Amino acid sequence: MLRISLSTLAIVSVASLAIAASPIADRQALMKANGGATKALVGMMKGETAFNLDAVKKALTTYQQNADSFIALFPEGSDKGEKTSASPKIWSDMAGFKAANDKFKADATAALAAITDEASFKATVPGVLKNCGACHEAYRLKD
Amino acid sequence: MTRIVSLVCAVVLLGATAFYALTTPEAYTALRGDHAHQPTRARDLENGQTLFHAGGCASCHAATDDESRTHLSGGKPLVTPFGTFYPPNISPDPDDGLGGWTEAQFIRAMREGTAPDGRPYYPAFPYTSYRGMTADDAADIFAYLKTLPALKGRAAEHQLAFPFSLRRGVALWKLAFLSNTVIAKDPKQSEAWNRGHRLVEGVGHCGECHTPRTIAASLDRSRAFAGAPALEGKGFAPNLTPHETGLQSWSSDEIASLLKDGFTPDADSVGGSMADVVRNTSTLTDADRLAMATYLKSLPPIPSVKPKSVTP
Repeated sequence: MLRISLSTLAIVSVASLAIAASPIADRQALMKANGGATKALVGMMKGETAFNLDAVKKALTTYQQNADSFIALFPEGSDKGEKTSASPKIWSDMAGFKAANDKFKADATAALAAITDEASFKATVPGVLKNCGACHEAYRLKD
Repeated sequence: MTRIVSLVCAVVLLGATAFYALTTPEAYTALRGDHAHQPTRARDLENGQTLFHAGGCASCHAATDDESRTHLSGGKPLVTPFGTFYPPNISPDPDDGLGGWTEAQFIRAMREGTAPDGRPYYPAFPYTSYRGMTADDAADIFAYLKTLPALKGRAAEHQLAFPFSLRRGVALWKLAFLSNTVIAKDPKQSEAWNRGHRLVEGVGHCGECHTPRTIAASLDRSRAFAGAPALEGKGFAPNLTPHETGLQSWSSDEIASLLKDGFTPDADSVGGSMADVVRNTSTLTDADRLAMATYLKSLPPIPSVKPKSVTP
């Protein structure tokens, strides 16, 4: 009986560890998706790839959707892990972190409505991309 | 017994006298030589502005609420393992800033780390790298600073742990570790390389974060630019050498591009204090950013060594 409960305990602990560790992996996967979207936008900004309105909309939609699920991936206690460069400031200043995410989503949403051609793309997208550096400066440790 | 006491007293007195003598600003000038303190040409305000940005002056000295980054009444405190540094007012205010300074005093501050009153500066002010610039370059920065708004306000005193709180001791550290030679031109290398050399090693002071430090907190030149644990907290300033753990796979254009818009080739946006560095380097010319990249690509490749405790 004792043996069973011990092994149950072990399984439960392992399972809870796995759950506790997943937000880090999830948010990193999400950031990777954002990175892919950014790569497409930056490539067009620099003229390395041709302007493509559909690709722009797809990238901005990725930002929008990811912003919706982003904050939930930073639960209390997920500040520590082998491979996170999330800054402790996220948890000490959750309100500021949420506000930065909201601004990012609002800028992406506004850009989706504003961009109709290459000229409006080049005028609008740099403002959206400023969110990346601003948020990383405050809430990510350098790596 | 009396003899032993007098002997101990004599040794202590001698030691104190030697410490006092070695930590005077004159000792540094005498032992390290007073090189390159005389400007050789007329002031160039445009060069001063460029070097002001390349040197990241605003990153520490601009008021935190100042979007223009030209209100230099002092910025946010710099928290380090040695204690907390409060960046001073370097606006041209005659009382609180450097409005009352002479050009020679400014050049000495930048190149020797000595304040007008003779006290040594803590190397949180990166004169350890700035010393590589010429007197002309330093004088141009001074001339540019004088064109910015004069503002009131004095920074708080630095809050440092013992023994770092003994400011005079910094003078000994300077004698031991601070070279004061100007970065020399290498005629075998291209103009771009030489420009990059001056920007990266001198005014840009990249090594202050990206080169690891010895136990005495001096830069470990044998591992120049191989990456180092962040001084102001967790994190790691990456390896900039062309090693596989550094920038080997990056082209010069990609490095220059990061300095312009903050994006890595994978479209990741740099974080931590590098985001602020990019705010400075984004104002430089494409040619200057490419020059910095050219120099970095020419460095000997050195593998990164990340301490276990450092977040990857």
